[in-house]
This record gives sequence, C-alpha cells and structure tokens, in this order.
Amino acid sequence: MNRRGLQAVLVIGLAVLIALPVFAGKYDLDLAAKIMIMAIFAMSLDLLVGIAGMVSLGHAAFFGVGAYALYLLSPEYGAANLIVSLPVAVAAAAVAALIIGLLVLRVSGVYFIMVTLAFGEMFYYYATGARWLGGSDGAYIYQRPQIALVDLGKGHAFYFLVLIALAASYMFLHILAHSPFGHALRGIRGNEHRMRSLGFATARYKLIAFVIAGALAGLAGYFDAAQFGVVNPELFGWRLSGAVLMMVILGGMGRVHGAILGAAVLVLLENFLGDLTTHWLLPMGLFIIAAVLLLPRGLADPAAIWRTIRERRVG
Amino acid sequence: MSDPAIFFLIQVLNAVQYGLLLFLVASGLTLIFGIMGIINLAHGSFYMLGAYLAFVCADATGSFWLALVIAVPLAFGFGLLLETLLFRFLYARDHLYQVLLTYGLILVFEEGRGLLVGNDVHGVPVPALLNFSIPLTATLSYPAYRLALSAICLVVAGLLYLLIQKTRLGMAIRAGSFNREMVQSLGIDIGMVYRVVFAIGVTLAAFAGMLAAPTTSVFPGMGNQVLIVCFVTVVIGGIGSIKGAFLGAMLIGLVDTFGAVYAPQISGMLVYMLMAAVLIWRPAGLFGRAAAR
Amino acid sequence: MAEPILRATGLAKMFGGLAAVRDVSLALWPNQVHAVIGPNGAGKTTLINLLSGDLAPSAGTVIFEGEDIAGQALDRIARRGIARAYQRTNIFAEFSAFENCRLAAQARRQQAIRLFRPARAYRAINEAAERALALAGLEACAAMRADALSHGEQRQLELAMALATQPTLLLLDEPLAGMGPEEAVRIASLIARLAESHAILLVEHDMDAVFNVAATVTVMVDGTVLASGSPAAIRANVAVQAAYLGEAAA
Repeated sequence: MNRRGLQAVLVIGLAVLIALPVFAGKYDLDLAAKIMIMAIFAMSLDLLVGIAGMVSLGHAAFFGVGAYALYLLSPEYGAANLIVSLPVAVAAAAVAALIIGLLVLRVSGVYFIMVTLAFGEMFYYYATGARWLGGSDGAYIYQRPQIALVDLGKGHAFYFLVLIALAASYMFLHILAHSPFGHALRGIRGNEHRMRSLGFATARYKLIAFVIAGALAGLAGYFDAAQFGVVNPELFGWRLSGAVLMMVILGGMGRVHGAILGAAVLVLLENFLGDLTTHWLLPMGLFIIAAVLLLPRGLADPAAIWRTIRERRVG
Repeated sequence: MSDPAIFFLIQVLNAVQYGLLLFLVASGLTLIFGIMGIINLAHGSFYMLGAYLAFVCADATGSFWLALVIAVPLAFGFGLLLETLLFRFLYARDHLYQVLLTYGLILVFEEGRGLLVGNDVHGVPVPALLNFSIPLTATLSYPAYRLALSAICLVVAGLLYLLIQKTRLGMAIRAGSFNREMVQSLGIDIGMVYRVVFAIGVTLAAFAGMLAAPTTSVFPGMGNQVLIVCFVTVVIGGIGSIKGAFLGAMLIGLVDTFGAVYAPQISGMLVYMLMAAVLIWRPAGLFGRAAAR
Repeated sequence: MAEPILRATGLAKMFGGLAAVRDVSLALWPNQVHAVIGPNGAGKTTLINLLSGDLAPSAGTVIFEGEDIAGQALDRIARRGIARAYQRTNIFAEFSAFENCRLAAQARRQQAIRLFRPARAYRAINEAAERALALAGLEACAAMRADALSHGEQRQLELAMALATQPTLLLLDEPLAGMGPEEAVRIASLIARLAESHAILLVEHDMDAVFNVAATVTVMVDGTVLASGSPAAIRANVAVQAAYLGEAAA
C-alpha cells in the first residue's frame, strides 16, 4: 500500500473512531477502547521487535507495572489523580525497563528471548506472592482516575483520552521510526556488528529503545487497569507477552500502523471465540499456529499472503 | 553422624534429585536447539503431558511401572508425529516464528489437556515397591522413591552420554549443529536424524514429568513452571551443550533447595537472582558458549 | 613527518595455545599506504582485527593519535576515526547502497542528531553518503538493494561505507579480492588518491597493485613479521622471495 493510500486509511480510521460514540453502544465502545489500548501496547513492542529486531518475550512485565502503579496510586475508595498517576505509572514502567534492560541486553538472540521471558515471569511470581499487591487474586480499583473537569468514570472521557493517547503514540513512534535514531535501530537489526564497526554505540541505542518501549507498554497497562478496575499477576505473565508478540507479527513488523491492525484482529478474534466456547484458547492456539505457517510477513502485506498460499499449493 | 549433618545430607540429596530431573528436561531442550536450531516454548508442556499421561495410565492400570512402559513409547511416538506434522516447517525460520508457533502450541496443549483430562490437581501414588523410607537417624529418613528417581535419572544421563560420545548420531550432535553435509557424509539421513532427535528431546521431558509425578503431584501449571527454570538452566550452562545443561541444572538444584531451607522468604526469587548474576558477570554463560544464533 | 598516526608494538594474539599473531610491530604514517602481504594463514586478518577492535590483543600496545587503544571496544575505536573495510563483505543486505552509506555517514555525526527530525532532512549526512558512493564509483547503483549488487560492487560498497565515516585511518582488508581487472584498476587508483588525505593499512594479495601504491610493505608469515621496507627492498629481499613471492612466481 503506498503512502497516500495509507494516509487515507489512517485518517478515515481516526474519523471513524472519533465518531464512534455517536452510533455505537457501550459494549462496542468498551471493545474499541480495549483494542486501542492493546494497539498502544503492540506498537510499543513493534519498536523493539519490528524495528530494532529484539524479540522480547517479557514485554508484559512493563504493562503490568503501569497497571499496578495505578492501583498503588489509587486511594482505597476514591479516584486517583489523573495528572499525577499517569506520568508516574509511565515513569515507573520506564524505570523497570531500564533496570531489566541493563540486564537482558547483555545477551542477544535466543538467550535474549529466554531471559526476557524469565524476568517477566519473575514479576508474575513476585506479584502472586506479594500481599501488598493483592497476591494471586489481584486487587480492585474502584474508581477511574480524574482531574478537575476530566473524570474518566463519566461519559466518554475515558474513550477519548485513550484515543488521544493512541494517536499521540502512533505519531511519536512514526516520527521515531523515520528519524536517524530509528534508522540506527534498523541498522542494528540488520547487522549489529557492522553498526558497531561503523562507530555506533549499539548498546546505548538498544537500551533507549527498550526503555521507550517499556514506558509505552506501561501507558497501555495504566489504561487497562483504569478501564477494568482490576489488576492481577496475569498482567505480567507470558500469556500476555506472547499475545502481544502475536499482534505485532500479525500486523507485519516494522510498520507502526501494522501493530494497530494486529491488535484489532487478535482482540476481535478473542472476543468472538470467547463467545463461542469457554475453551477458546484452543482455537486461538490453532489460529496462531496456522498464522505463523501461512503468513510470514503478517496481515499488513497482503501480497505476501497470496504468494505464500500459491507457493504451498504448488510446492 | 550427627543430626545436622544428616539434615544437610538430605538437602544435598534433594538438590541432586531436583537437579537431575531438571537436567533431563533441559537436555531435551538443548538437544533440540543444538541440532535443529529450534527454540521450543512448548517444551515445558511435554513435561506436563508426560506427568498427566503417567497419571492416566497409572490410574487405569493400577501400576506405576506399567504406566511408564506404556507412556514412554507413546511420548516418543508423539514426538515423531509432532516433528513430521509441525516442527519441520520451523527449521529455516526465524526464532521469532518458532517462538510464536510454539506459544500457540502451549495454548493447544493446555486447553487440550483441560478438555481431555480436566484441570484438577492429581496425586500419583508412589509405586508399592519403593513406597518406604530409608532411616538415616532416629528421626530422619529419606524416601526410597526419591533415591530411585535420582538413580534412574543418572542412568538416563549415562545413556545420553553414551549416545553422544559413542554413536554416529552422537557425532553429529557433537559437531554442534545442522552441518548437514557432515551428517549426510556419515551416511545418515538428515531428515531421520532430526525426527529422532526431536522425539528424544520430547521423551526426555515427558519422562522427567512421569518420574516427578509421584513427588510433585500433577497440576496444570507444572509445564510452564519447569520451562522457566529450564530456560534459566540453559542460559547459565550455555545452549547446545549437554554438559552445560548438567552443571547448570545441578547449580540450580543446589541454589533452589538450600535457598528454600535457609532463606525461605526469597527462595522463589533466588533462581532469578542467580540468572541476573550470571548475566552481569558471565553473559556468555558459565562455559563461555559462543553467542547463540 | 613527526609522529606516526598509529604505532603498534609487540602485538600478539593467542587462541588457546595457538599464536595467530606474534610480536608484530608497525607504524602507519599520515597520507601513506602501508601494505601488509603474506600467504594465507599468515595472520593478516587477525592483525587488522587487533587494530580495528574486532579482537583484543593478548599482548602489545596500539598507540593511535597519542592514546593506547589496544583492547578498547569496537565502536569506541571506530569513533576515534578508524574505519575498516572487511574481507568478507559485511554490509546491510536489505538496505539500498545509498542507505548503507547514509548509516555510515550518520555514525560520525551522532552527537549532532536530534531525535525527531526525519532522517531525510539531514542534508550533511546525505551529501556525505552521496560523496562516498561517488568516490567508490557506485552512483549508478545508489538505489539498488545491497544484496542485489554484484560481488565487485559489494566490495566497492564496503569501501564506500568506510569512506563515509570520514576516517583518519583506513584499514582495508583485501578490497580488490574477487574484482574483475577493470574494477581492480579503478579501485587501486582510488586507494592511491585516498592516500593523499588518509593513512591507509592495506592487506592484499594482488602484488602489483600493492607495489604501485604502497610506501611501505610488511611481509607476514606464520603470524609474525618476516620483513618490512620499501616495495623495491621487499622485492629484492631473498627471504621474502623464498617464502612468498617465490612460490607465486614459480
């Protein structure tokens, strides 16, 4: 899809999202908000995986940090301060990403996949055992955050805040991807050794990317906690890390808009399957297996899909 | 011997037993990665499936040993089937795709198990033959089954050693990876090698699950639990190295067991702290394995 | 001619018990080509690796512009102004030739970059990339994917990338290998021209090209220096003839 076409689609999509509250009911709006939150999450991972080539299987850890941060900043039966809690949650996720990043970036390739998974599980494990975090049952947030006239618990305020965050995140990542920093990340993905031999301090670049991705994941986690009013250790776990990775690859890696598409597909699929059966993870697993076998370049590249199907029939 | 010394001995025996079981699982993982270059997230699921299979067979036949005799070949056959139907499409693919496909596989295995056998926790009775404890002092004794378990694992480790050091297949394994020409020049069909190696890897994990079932009971989360520790083992020992898997597993066995006794509050985090320490001081793993592909 | 731009003293590299490089010393002067020749396995590539930072020496010092850089990290040494062209082509296969050079040009200007202007807007970087491509003779291929280039063109791209970082010292590892005769002549004359403004260490097999451009020739055999001197002196050196040139001539 060429540039003009893509811009047109994005603008139309944005318009649809803005107009949605007019003709959609609460259920659909909640679903749309959930998709948008997952889209932010998926885009953040796309920065790591699609652009920098770092396959992290523990990205949910930072999503969870953002979510639990809101819980910790929310008074027991009141609403958290939006202006304070949102930046603090994002900062907390960024700090967590900094610490974890300093450790995991000392390895790469398969080892990186394994250690990110392990550290993600460390968060999960710690949260299940920590009473101050609610333990394995998790905890509730009884009111959505608010500040002055903006109460996320009323009207469509939450929906529009998430929409603004999505648009802002998209633009931020888009600009980043096309900046020299983004180009350097792509270079690292292509041939890290050559990048170093040219004089790039690749470790620094990777750490910065890791922290930015973690911060954005924390933002998504914050909204997730605000939307559902509940946090539990699963938010740190490998299931979510795997799911968001799936979203990135479904959408085609390295194209920031692709992650939005991937998030939409997976959330809608989960919703649809969940309505069919309580054992929806089984068809979801089968779908993922089939998708990996058939879609090497993700949904955002239809030509490649067609080519793959043709090749498999012939070969 | 005095009581504290015996107590210490018991902990060492426990550590060794846990380490040996872990080694079985980790060696399967490292074999599959070392030969075929596949990272398999569903490897923990094989452990879980082995345990549930042992439970079902033992329940049906009333004999743990009979259950093993049935379950091990089943596991091997399952491994052959999986390779033929699914895993051989992963050989040339990026690790990312391997991760995702095996992630989907975990979901299928977990839900599938839930549908077929349910999500309950089950105990598997220790076989009557070994259902006694060896007294060590007036108050302390050690379960015979655990000793037998360690012994069986050692035998398997020994067999693995023989396989790797003394057979042509083992030569291919030691050559460290998919050097197809070399393997084919040994007169071995590469496709068959991959299929058999994969099935061995699956069987190792499943067998470990079967053996562990009487001591840990059979529960849904056991697969993922062992997978994480297995990954940490491999990070410490270096992937692709059986020797590294052995030493890494032993180290974790010791750290975990003694940690639970002397520092129970943080014992669960000790494994992660160990991994963090290795990352900080020896990122190439304790045995300086070359960077993973 | 005051100080050499780089002086290596007593360099050694051990792999286990094997000495790939033993007691190698040399000096590189500005605006000169210093050629290193020798049979396969002589340790030439290991030597370049030690100078570029791809490998850390087991012993010895490397004084570059007054500071000992031995054992420093690869990227740090590169930032000091040492550029390396690899023997086995080490480019970004999926990027175009131009993008390859642009990345290289960007490497030198990392401090001046702000995060949010699109890369296209950085004229200085783009111009440096274009200049490097032109110098290496690749203007026609600028938009082509690097892995679609011919082998000879990829070697030229290797060189162009090294140039785009605007280095003080160029380490060239067999830049002429695998090139056709016309290309080889062009690249050889390019190297001669570059020597007017760079210090160059040139590892090569092509004897004639080396003798024409080099001010100093060092012959390595079995990891150590057999002889070092002007091209004429080396040609006349009996030991060198026996060990190396003799085999080739026979």
